[in-house]
Amino acid sequence: MKKTLIILSLVLAFSYAIAQTTGGRTMPSVQIKTLDGANVLASDISNDGKPMIVSFWATWCKPCIRELTTISDVYDDWQEETGVKLVAISIDDTRSLSKVRPYVNGKGWEYEFYTDGNSDLKRAMNVNEIPCVFILDGNGKIVWQHTSFSEGGELELINIVKKVIAGEEVSNEK
Amino acid sequence: MKQITIVALLFFAFATNNLYSQGILGNGKISGNFQTDAQYYQKDSLIGAEDVEEKMLINAFANIVYTNDKFTAGMRFEMYQNPLVGFNRKYKGSGIPYRYATYNSGDWEVTVGNYYEQFGNGLLFRSYEERNLGFDNAMEGIRFRASPHASVTIKGIWGNQRSFWDKGEGIVRGLDVDFSMNEISEKTSEWKLKLTSGFSFVSKYQRDQDPLYNLPKNVAGFAGRMGIGYGKFSLNGEYAHKINDPNATNNMIYKPGEALMLNAAYSQKGLGILISALRSDNMDFRSDRYVTESALNINYIPSLTRQHSYALSAFYPYATQFNSQMSFQAQVNYKIQKSTLLGGKYGTDVAVNYSRVHDIQKSKIDEHTEIGKNGTDGYKSNFFQPGDVVLFEDFNIEVGKRINKKLKLIADYIYLIYNKSVLEGHLGDPTVYAHIGIADFTYRINPKNAVRFEAQHLYTKQDEGSWANLSAEYTISPMWFFGVGDSYNYGNEIEGKRIHYYNASVGIVKNNLRFALTYGKQRKGILCVGGVCREVPASNGLAVTLTGTF
Repeated sequence: MKKTLIILSLVLAFSYAIAQTTGGRTMPSVQIKTLDGANVLASDISNDGKPMIVSFWATWCKPCIRELTTISDVYDDWQEETGVKLVAISIDDTRSLSKVRPYVNGKGWEYEFYTDGNSDLKRAMNVNEIPCVFILDGNGKIVWQHTSFSEGGELELINIVKKVIAGEEVSNEK
Repeated sequence: MKQITIVALLFFAFATNNLYSQGILGNGKISGNFQTDAQYYQKDSLIGAEDVEEKMLINAFANIVYTNDKFTAGMRFEMYQNPLVGFNRKYKGSGIPYRYATYNSGDWEVTVGNYYEQFGNGLLFRSYEERNLGFDNAMEGIRFRASPHASVTIKGIWGNQRSFWDKGEGIVRGLDVDFSMNEISEKTSEWKLKLTSGFSFVSKYQRDQDPLYNLPKNVAGFAGRMGIGYGKFSLNGEYAHKINDPNATNNMIYKPGEALMLNAAYSQKGLGILISALRSDNMDFRSDRYVTESALNINYIPSLTRQHSYALSAFYPYATQFNSQMSFQAQVNYKIQKSTLLGGKYGTDVAVNYSRVHDIQKSKIDEHTEIGKNGTDGYKSNFFQPGDVVLFEDFNIEVGKRINKKLKLIADYIYLIYNKSVLEGHLGDPTVYAHIGIADFTYRINPKNAVRFEAQHLYTKQDEGSWANLSAEYTISPMWFFGVGDSYNYGNEIEGKRIHYYNASVGIVKNNLRFALTYGKQRKGILCVGGVCREVPASNGLAVTLTGTF
């Protein structure tokens, strides 16, 4: 009985909320760190009115590294064409946190890097598994989200970014 | 208590409806995620997969977060009916063990209910979750955070810790101050020298009803940390200390505990170098001194070794030893530039990593007392001298190279020493010496279709002997995944145990939903995240995973 009630109330809360929520989440105001160790609010990250790609990764996550390496090869072109910025948020904890900076420099990646050492931002953005990528429009609204990477996934990313710039509806964020 | 929760939930449900329709919470947003892992088990006595009485088991959870401007509330429903094989049976059941409300004004923030938090590197305090390990020591209580100035962050925590469906008896209280020199003014922000520092204090209260010992009811710990950066160089470290805390993991000795971690790095574009060292002595700190299983940890001591992610290289992972470890690690990441002899047309990534872990040196406190004797100060230890026992060593080199537009190659070589008897607690098991080689090819047939092949080999004379692994996957981006693989224990001394551990999987990603199906055998082994590990028993069967975000 109790369980039925719990489930019932959840379903109720839920269905109303979904029906009523207009969507349009933004980056939450959760504290993360720069590679220098300074505190930054995730909600303060912006790209001057242009779209952003926010990617959750870790130094131990193979598909994440494949994704960021693949994008790295075409990142110059992407930036030139669309002005998009990739923000890479590492969820490495204390075990590998100190590896992040030497690692990304060693790879020669030119993204904007932050660290989320106790997964606070990861939790706030409901990320279950990595790699997980969000696309934000010029107003900082999350319009698209994807988990996992397979070769060719980067083409979909840039297509979405282009659609966002053209003002087309891309949302899988209902 | 449960009834109150139900009433509150119902109220929440209807209130949400009313408030929405009245437009009061017009800015409110609901988001969340869920994950379901279910498995159908088959008995397989050959690999040691026991019969599962229920036939099918499931672990599932869903997070629901409500945000409205500066206010956030959330909860997580969890269900284990019954817990998957390898997870602690104490998880049996379902409920809402995690719920919270937070108000964040920007300058300050208060949370009531459950929360996760970490001070500094976590050497003194870290509450976190690893759902795949079944580890969750969420706090239940209050947390306050304030930034009176951009350069200062103060955090205060007070509460109990989660232990499966229960709470730990001990009360944990803590305060942390974080200071960033470069945020003081515009002038300091332009400094080339980057300076951060911090200090934490944590105290645990647990009553003493022990018939044998006179135990400290309040155990205090403190930690200090510092980070210095100058151009391409950076240096950071943290030291933590706790007063005497006899507990079940240290055999009830009265010695104080301490831990020190140091990292030095140099990096520029195309080159990164990191050197780390860690010493941890009697630093297992829990809110219940009698607990030995993976629960109620107040702090976190990381393991400074590379976390391997290929099937065979993950066979022998290092598990962090809170009470006795002295470890060293060095890593170099280098990119050989494009259009050079070794770099080729696209450049080549090279990573070399070395780590070695010893126990700590221990000597008798006096002639008549054996090392580690309960009720005494246990032992004396020379801070700078490693112990004689090698727990783990790992030398590995990885080369990543794009051969042409369509083909990419990653090659790995790993040499490791794994002290099975200490790390798995199987007294008398021989130490494993292993050489591992891996080749990983990715071939892009066309922009959306790709195949990946992995060939792996593990050579060892100990434990189960040598292994070979072949696997292939085919992906149609961004939606489909197909994979097959086989790990073959061809080098097992016992002929009947030269078994093929085959598996096949298919996965679909559609928007915010991922579904995967895996059929096959799972070797008995160790699963680790962040150096914290759990044993995974052998299993054979069909596993289903469904995850989604909304």
